[in-house]
Amino acid sequence: MPQSPTLPENVPENVPESVATDVETYLQAQQDKSFLRFITCGSVDDGKSTLIGRLLYDCKLLFEDQLASLSRDSARFGTTGADNFDFALLVDGLTAEREQGITIDVAYRFFSTGRRKFIVADTPGHEQYTRNMVTGASTAELAVLLVDARKGLLTQTFRHSYIVSLLGIRHVVLAVNKMDLVDWDRAAFEEISADYRDFASKLGIDQVTCIPVAATTGDNVSRRSDTMPWYSGSTLLEHLETVQVAQDEADGPFRLPVQWVNRPSLEFRGFSGTIARGAVRPGDAVAILPSAQTTTVSRIVTIDGDLEVASTGQAVTLVLADEIDISRGDVIASTEDRPEAADQFAAHVVWMSEQAMLPGRSYILQIGTSSVNAQVTNIKHKVNVNTLEHAAATHLELNDITFCNLSLDHPVPFDAYSDNREMGGFILVDRLSNATVGCGMIDFALRRASNIHWQSMKVDKMARAGTASQKPCVLWFTGLSGAGKSTIADMVEQRLHAMGKQTMSLDGDNVRHGLNRDLGFTDEDRVENIRRVGEVSKLMVEAGLITLVSFISPFRSERRLARGLMDDDEFIEVFVDAPLEICEDRDPKGLYKKARAGELPNFTGIDSAYEPPEAPELHLNAGAGAPEALAEQVVVLLRARGVI
Amino acid sequence: MSHLQRLESESIHIMREVVAQFHNPVMLYSIGKDSSVMLHLAMKAFHPSKPPFPLLHVDTTWKFREMIEFRDRRAAELRIDLIVHINTEGVAQGMGPFSHGSATHTDVMKTEALKQALNTYGFDAAFGGARRDEEKSRAKERIFSFRTTTHRWDPKNQRPELWNLYNSRIDKGESIRVFPLSNWTELDIWQYIYQESIPVVPLYFAKRRPVVERDGALIMVDDDRMPLEPGETPQEKSVRFRTLGCYPLTGAVESQATTLPEVIGEMLLAKTSERQGRVIDRDAGASMEAKKQEGYF
Repeated sequence: MPQSPTLPENVPENVPESVATDVETYLQAQQDKSFLRFITCGSVDDGKSTLIGRLLYDCKLLFEDQLASLSRDSARFGTTGADNFDFALLVDGLTAEREQGITIDVAYRFFSTGRRKFIVADTPGHEQYTRNMVTGASTAELAVLLVDARKGLLTQTFRHSYIVSLLGIRHVVLAVNKMDLVDWDRAAFEEISADYRDFASKLGIDQVTCIPVAATTGDNVSRRSDTMPWYSGSTLLEHLETVQVAQDEADGPFRLPVQWVNRPSLEFRGFSGTIARGAVRPGDAVAILPSAQTTTVSRIVTIDGDLEVASTGQAVTLVLADEIDISRGDVIASTEDRPEAADQFAAHVVWMSEQAMLPGRSYILQIGTSSVNAQVTNIKHKVNVNTLEHAAATHLELNDITFCNLSLDHPVPFDAYSDNREMGGFILVDRLSNATVGCGMIDFALRRASNIHWQSMKVDKMARAGTASQKPCVLWFTGLSGAGKSTIADMVEQRLHAMGKQTMSLDGDNVRHGLNRDLGFTDEDRVENIRRVGEVSKLMVEAGLITLVSFISPFRSERRLARGLMDDDEFIEVFVDAPLEICEDRDPKGLYKKARAGELPNFTGIDSAYEPPEAPELHLNAGAGAPEALAEQVVVLLRARGVI
Repeated sequence: MSHLQRLESESIHIMREVVAQFHNPVMLYSIGKDSSVMLHLAMKAFHPSKPPFPLLHVDTTWKFREMIEFRDRRAAELRIDLIVHINTEGVAQGMGPFSHGSATHTDVMKTEALKQALNTYGFDAAFGGARRDEEKSRAKERIFSFRTTTHRWDPKNQRPELWNLYNSRIDKGESIRVFPLSNWTELDIWQYIYQESIPVVPLYFAKRRPVVERDGALIMVDDDRMPLEPGETPQEKSVRFRTLGCYPLTGAVESQATTLPEVIGEMLLAKTSERQGRVIDRDAGASMEAKKQEGYF
């Protein structure tokens, strides 16, 4: 077991002696502590985890049992020799990570001093973990960038700085680490600092502070270094404790994305949400976006009583003077300075999934409290994160950072990300896997005229279908009413969905009530009905979908017409064959009874003909088998034909 | 805003996101200080409505008696629905930490019982009071933490979580565990309890209680189900608890702190972390991570 390095007395240095006798005074003082979230960037080799471990250790936030555990782990996995704690082990949480000696996720660490509480996002530095760093940076107000004094600025320093600037972090601390290994050389530090300031200004990072440190010994981390008397600036911890990162909470135009409508009784209707920017007072005029209706705020309700004013970051419930229809996703905003509402954007998108993003695919976009369908319509360029050069791209792969146009199916209220993170940052969610696959930062809205429309997409049906590894086709279920077409089609669709296939179903219920609302049941209307269904199916196949059509479709000629619209092999006719007596006996919708009573003229099988298919791709004996078994036959056929 | 105001706002935001996006949420209520804070925040988040979800307590039947009294009293005072779930199969097998060991007991009466309750009521989101500062594997867990239909957590396949945007999309039978206190520390919790005068179980305050010392832990003899080893006699000592669980698995600390400021004072000067009193964590190097993967909170 390694020897403990000199253990400090385990009393946090911010806790005064008097705590034992006068805790209340201490607690009162603690209540006004401020808060800072920061991210550390760098690789294991730069000593990043060591630096965080050192901060926790120096703030006396390690307890004896944690030190004992660290001591055990240092002996087992450590790389710092038997006499030293390997602080990196302390912050590498998951077993696999500890054994591999790498950090593969985002870990959040907490420490506090008398002045501030800190949350540190610790993320890995390698290029393959760009998404993790982006995640950690999204909530950080400041970034601590580590460089090895021996190596100076590296490619990864530029990459990390770019991501930091992309995510809107304006304060960077360049911690030039391992000063002990360059003999505490001032010139080395100053050269690196100057190079970095030069680079950072190009990225628009205006607040740069450079500090020479040695994480393993603690020099200039929390303790002023005796070996670097030439450095007169703050230690890292002093800087973190005092730097002003937040703008005034009351500044900026008021924004409150509505999360939840609070309606305990008919007398009370409030709108709950967290203020994304600005301040609000009773009597303020507000606009509701995207509807643009206006009203005034009458109360700011909290359990501790109504407030006179509320500002950025507070979670409140507003009561408004007028009865306006407001729901989740709307934004309550200052009337004078309103956010835009748009459905076309230019944005920077970071792709976070191993499954590639293809333009034209539909994803769920979450912004503020809105969720809408969105697609990337045009990738303007991809950014090489190491050189910042632009390159053309047709699709996005894991960790790609790009500048894109997006098209949404509904307008959403927003501000540019550079003005307001909460109003301009979004995530993209895969519709099938429900995974968060990307994130983005809105730059500006596009006017419709300059927009690239959906129709001009150069993605064809094979590209669309390829992402779900399927061949698009139409499964055309034909048969008498009550034969079981919809039941079997439903089961097949559920099976396909479970396999991750993309499907769509068309049947009398969803087509006759909308698209074909104007059609009746005469032979002419039946023909037109099937013609339209055939055309819609064709579009669905173009979209790459496995399309399940359940229509009686009694006439051979119309089924042939539908078949003719598709490419070879795309039309799969499934004859759901059940004898009239059985269908009439089942009569699930009571239609045969009505038809027999003369209330439904032109009913197939009664007074209108059904022409059985002559050579269907699949003939199901639906009078006998269980629907599950029949559905299975369909799935077997799809496999055999290479559709799935 | 002060750090406590920021934490409070963040937690309220998370709770509202859950209520707005899920059909059938529930709040896991373990009766401890973190649950007390979580419940207090829920009262704030939805005021003047009541929190629009029930509380669920998974009762292992081995909790301290004072915890059960406190639970029932608080639910009645706040007029909140409380579901108490006990794994009756476990009870029928005579499951207990003394007869079956801590690991089996926790697995059957806590983890399995929790899954039973979630399945029975079909909850699609469950709030838990876990904090990231408690334990290493928790430090990487998301605020919205996805669970499969069998309630498993896959630490290698977690959804990225950015800004204050939480992905709540799940398929049928899947669920999300939600941790609104993720960014709070033990000190934040106590400071907030002090600032807001939140009621907590009296076991957190020192009092003379009958205890025996076992494997270095002070175990309170809370009822006559506790078998005493030869030569063991309960001793009256002034003790309190830093965390609360099943009484045979929870070590007390000797203390004279009978008020909240005194408890906080002792905590500030403490030399061990709070989970040290929990027998379950010491079973194996990464036992918490393994338990969480199986569905433990």
